[in-house]
Amino acid sequence: MMLKVEGLSAGYGNITILRDLSFQAQAGEVTCIMGRNGAGKSTLMKAIMGLVPASAGTITLNGKAVQSLPAHKVPMEGIAYVPQGRRLFGPLTVAENIEVGLLARKKGAKTRDFVLDLFPRLRERLDQVSSTLSGGEQQMLAIARALCLEPQVLLLDEPTEGLQPSMIQLIRDTVLSLRKTGMATVLVEQRVDAVLKMSDRVCFMAHGRVEAEVATGDLGPQSSLFRQFVGV
Amino acid sequence: MAFGPFLFLALLEGTVMAAVLALTAIGLSLVFGVMRVVNVAHGEFFMLGAVTAWFVTHYLPFPPAIGWLAALLIAPLVVGAIAWLADVFVLKRLKYDPEATIVATIGLLYILQQTALTFYGPDARPVEPPFNLRLQFPWFGYSGYKLFVVLAAGLILLGVWAFMTRTKAGLVMRATQVDMETARAFGINVDRVYAGTFALGAALAAAAAVLIVPIQQAHYLMGHDPLLLSFIVVIIGGLGSLRGTLVAALIIGLSDGVISMFFSPTLAKIIATLLVALVLVFRPQGLFGAKT
Repeated sequence: MMLKVEGLSAGYGNITILRDLSFQAQAGEVTCIMGRNGAGKSTLMKAIMGLVPASAGTITLNGKAVQSLPAHKVPMEGIAYVPQGRRLFGPLTVAENIEVGLLARKKGAKTRDFVLDLFPRLRERLDQVSSTLSGGEQQMLAIARALCLEPQVLLLDEPTEGLQPSMIQLIRDTVLSLRKTGMATVLVEQRVDAVLKMSDRVCFMAHGRVEAEVATGDLGPQSSLFRQFVGV
Repeated sequence: MAFGPFLFLALLEGTVMAAVLALTAIGLSLVFGVMRVVNVAHGEFFMLGAVTAWFVTHYLPFPPAIGWLAALLIAPLVVGAIAWLADVFVLKRLKYDPEATIVATIGLLYILQQTALTFYGPDARPVEPPFNLRLQFPWFGYSGYKLFVVLAAGLILLGVWAFMTRTKAGLVMRATQVDMETARAFGINVDRVYAGTFALGAALAAAAAVLIVPIQQAHYLMGHDPLLLSFIVVIIGGLGSLRGTLVAALIIGLSDGVISMFFSPTLAKIIATLLVALVLVFRPQGLFGAKT
């Protein structure tokens, strides 16, 4: 077992977004989180990273509680985060974004080479200011930056949003290749086709809770769960 | 004196002012850029630097040059430490809320000022320059120390640039400046970055004061002008833009030197303030600031 979230409640100030939420992400699996806008998917990602304070419940990584750690210590435990909208350090170059990723767990040239081999296009643009990259390249960099942590758990918040089909395919292939390394991946995704191709399990969220958890093999493109929880 | 030499003298004076102003304003710009805190107490850190320089040179039994060098090392450290404490005990507790920190730094301004009045007194006191050298131009003689101030400020600014662009600490500060939340998600201890930035900003103001105090004298009310001029420079250059701050310091410093020499210092301040008003109306983000 890798990441386990039990009875998690979290929110912003007095507003509670996540209510008694539970789910698990296993090593070598892609767990997909689906739900309508406002269901709390991105808040869940932030709560796992400690960016949104948990008011109740536990988050454990291989049995070690991480929910009480300060946010900057969570990535050091081996949880990496690719935020929605990429949130690159825009004025910094590609090389500098990667350097920031390497700093937290003091990774070096080997890790840097690994991520640049995974996305060779970034190697050609190391000195380019990251805000000037194309949308697909920015997403590659966001994932590369997260992988610089050599994480055990990778949180991806809508990584294919706004990308052209060739880039979506590349991101999909990358997620699948990372699964083979034994990494646990938690993926927030709205595209049914992407979910069916990439994930092992799907957690459907509504009103801040995981309302249904299903093995992807048991779902078809026309499953009523997609209509019920995502509206497609 | 003929117009040419008079203009040359004015430009020399303006360059000295620009150098010191750039050093003072870069600290203010750094603090706003990284922390989004408008530090109204910045001028008092400048004043504390000058006052500390007086204490160091007055009480340490060194010759003037060594005493001044000691002040250039000690004053930024002391003032930086005070700023660090102010961050930890005041700004952090206010969660760096933009409005609350303005009020808090106004309070800090008066605390530092009145503390200086209590322990240093109301008198303006001179600090001996590290050396006395007069450069003789064909038309007039000029203080070699003033040119040394320009050189020293330039070197310190170069050091700041190298720190920000060539070191891991600088990279971490720039990443935090861009996106504090994402920086946290990559293991950056933002609280420590903020405290370090506030201390660095104050230390730079203190270093500027140590450079200028042999020319100006140390006084407990000397922080007002540097604060006003730093805000003028930072607003014209663009809040948080270090490049803009340097360019604006050069513009304001040189224009102040020339206008003060040919007309009056008051007119120089009026024009600088008018320039701020024009920038706020026609280019609110400043010359080099990013649009929000």
